[in-house]
Amino acid sequence: MAAPMRSVAFACKFCGREYLQNIYVARNRSLYSTKHQSSKWESVIGLEVHAQISSESKLFSGSSTKFAAPINSQVSFFDAAIPGTLPVLNRRCVEAGVKTALALKSKINQVSKFDRKHYFYADLPTGYQITQQREPIGVGGQVDFIVFDPTVSKEPMTKTANLVQIQLEQDSGKSLHDDEDKKSLIDLNRAGIALMEIVTQPDFTTGEEAAGFVKELQKILQIIGTCDGKMSEGSLRVDANISVNKPGEAYGTRTEVKNLNSIRYMVKAIEYEIKRQIKELEAGNKITTETRNFDVNTGKTIAMRDKEKVLDYRFMPEPNLPPLHIYNSQSLPADIPSDRVVLTDQLQNNIPELPSEKRNRLQKKYEDISLVTIATLVNDDSLLKYFEEVIKDGKRNVKRVASLLTHQYLGQLKAVEMHAEDSPLSVEDFKEFYDIVEADVISTETISKVLALMLSRPDSKVKDIIEKENLYQITDPEDIKSLCKLIIKNNPKLVRSSKRGKVAAFNSICSRVMKECQGKTNLDKVEETMVKLLKEEQS
Amino acid sequence: MLKVNCFVLLGRQYLLYNKHVHTKVITVPLVSTWNNLKNSENLPKVPKISKEQVNQLERLGLVELNNEEAIDRLTEAIKTANQLHVVVTEGVKPLDTVLENSAVYLREDEVIEGNCKKEVLMNAVKTEEDYFVAPPGNIPLKSKNKG
Repeated sequence: MAAPMRSVAFACKFCGREYLQNIYVARNRSLYSTKHQSSKWESVIGLEVHAQISSESKLFSGSSTKFAAPINSQVSFFDAAIPGTLPVLNRRCVEAGVKTALALKSKINQVSKFDRKHYFYADLPTGYQITQQREPIGVGGQVDFIVFDPTVSKEPMTKTANLVQIQLEQDSGKSLHDDEDKKSLIDLNRAGIALMEIVTQPDFTTGEEAAGFVKELQKILQIIGTCDGKMSEGSLRVDANISVNKPGEAYGTRTEVKNLNSIRYMVKAIEYEIKRQIKELEAGNKITTETRNFDVNTGKTIAMRDKEKVLDYRFMPEPNLPPLHIYNSQSLPADIPSDRVVLTDQLQNNIPELPSEKRNRLQKKYEDISLVTIATLVNDDSLLKYFEEVIKDGKRNVKRVASLLTHQYLGQLKAVEMHAEDSPLSVEDFKEFYDIVEADVISTETISKVLALMLSRPDSKVKDIIEKENLYQITDPEDIKSLCKLIIKNNPKLVRSSKRGKVAAFNSICSRVMKECQGKTNLDKVEETMVKLLKEEQS
Repeated sequence: MLKVNCFVLLGRQYLLYNKHVHTKVITVPLVSTWNNLKNSENLPKVPKISKEQVNQLERLGLVELNNEEAIDRLTEAIKTANQLHVVVTEGVKPLDTVLENSAVYLREDEVIEGNCKKEVLMNAVKTEEDYFVAPPGNIPLKSKNKG
């Protein structure tokens, strides 16, 4: 893929005049400017996402995986590493891993292997984790996502992240730390639950980019049903690897930030860590390779207690598990029994339209609608269906219907904590409402109010609500004039400032007019009238 | 399970007939053959094991190498293992499990185990309200001001 070009302004060395030049910008690098105190730095972020597979039982044992079960009640002898137990691979977990790899466009390894990763920790009873380091289920892959970062650009951007690999591995148990009594309490319910580890290339440069990627990944996993993506419940965990370097130089030393259990904290942690590394390097210090935790109270990343040297995991092949065979019906060798193979055909067919595909399709279909609006519609399946029903008869302006639905309608639903699928307003009700708005029967400011009333009184007709609450728009120019005159009379000081040309004062008296009539009129008309009246007074 | 249906002797080669595996020719000598290595063979020298390495080995393996004798024994072990360098492995794929030609069995996703909290906690030295109790782990340094 060719490196993108950007128009950058330079000053001519002779005459000092500004001219534009298209220069190649290295892919996926953005420049942090004077925000970061001095010369420009580049930041590089890679993510390791651990997604808990939605299955009834664990990856290598038959214990249940239900959330919030009584302590140590979902632990089999294998999970507790009692000697004499062996792992038995769960078919559903493999299918979930393969389906995810297909949805993320990875290349499936027909034969994949399991390995042991050794380290000592109380929540890892065996002293090793069974993972897939050498030959995982899926290699490579790509995710298209949207980034909305107001500090970088006003419009949202689409980006692509490349993946390194997708592998199956075991989860460890949970530990509660008691500082006072110097002990840890271990619950093994989570030990052995299947995880998919999705490793990305270091393709991100800001916390917001990482957030956009994780949100897209959550949606994809939820749509294909392999993971419920709830970061708050621990079903999705993200570790970030962060480093900074000067443009043109090699990647710097990286640190790993763990314990990020919400997207917001992830963004904060990444931003803080980038700033911290820049500060250290500018002070002449070196960055040590270490694991850091994010402290939600202080908003900072902090080092772990033991400053360890580079950990040696002593990877070795898992001797108790033969290789895993994954084929499609064409490539399936004749001698493999059906209970020892996973076929990809059915899994591929069961993958529905992914969010990025939907967005692309809708952008082509409705060329007028902005990317932000399309993204909002795609995010909510029932809202999208509602929208397509409303515009089906082709009588209404598609762009304005979409705008009304994604702004005021969605806003009012959120205000009463309702989802689009639970909305009591039928498609016909909405069509009526839209026609009333288009006919200018009610003013723009009244739209939200009427929608709120419609939601609370779903049985009443729109026209009746407007009639009853007297929310008709004030259109008679004489009425607008008298409103303006009233405000002029009551606010002599502001009127004087407006006449002198102070914009803030003028806006203030116009907004007081709107307030006086509860927003039931058109602001442009008010401003027009006000300007005329002020001129008349002056003369 | 590997079922050997037929084991045919053909000179120095054996033919193995097996339900799950294709027939293979295995070249295993009929009589054991030793190859005595001379001491001056071109084997890599064993470097002196430094204190840092000893500490790291102790941490990784949770063993104690707290005397000269243990370190000497380790050095001897490495020297013996180095004899493997004589074996020619060019063009031979590494073997990571003798099960490399079989496919792993896949179990149906059903809950058939667990619910044995008492047995699982039975051997623990110390438990507290159904938790295992362990020494404090690697946790982040707490900030001085809380909240």
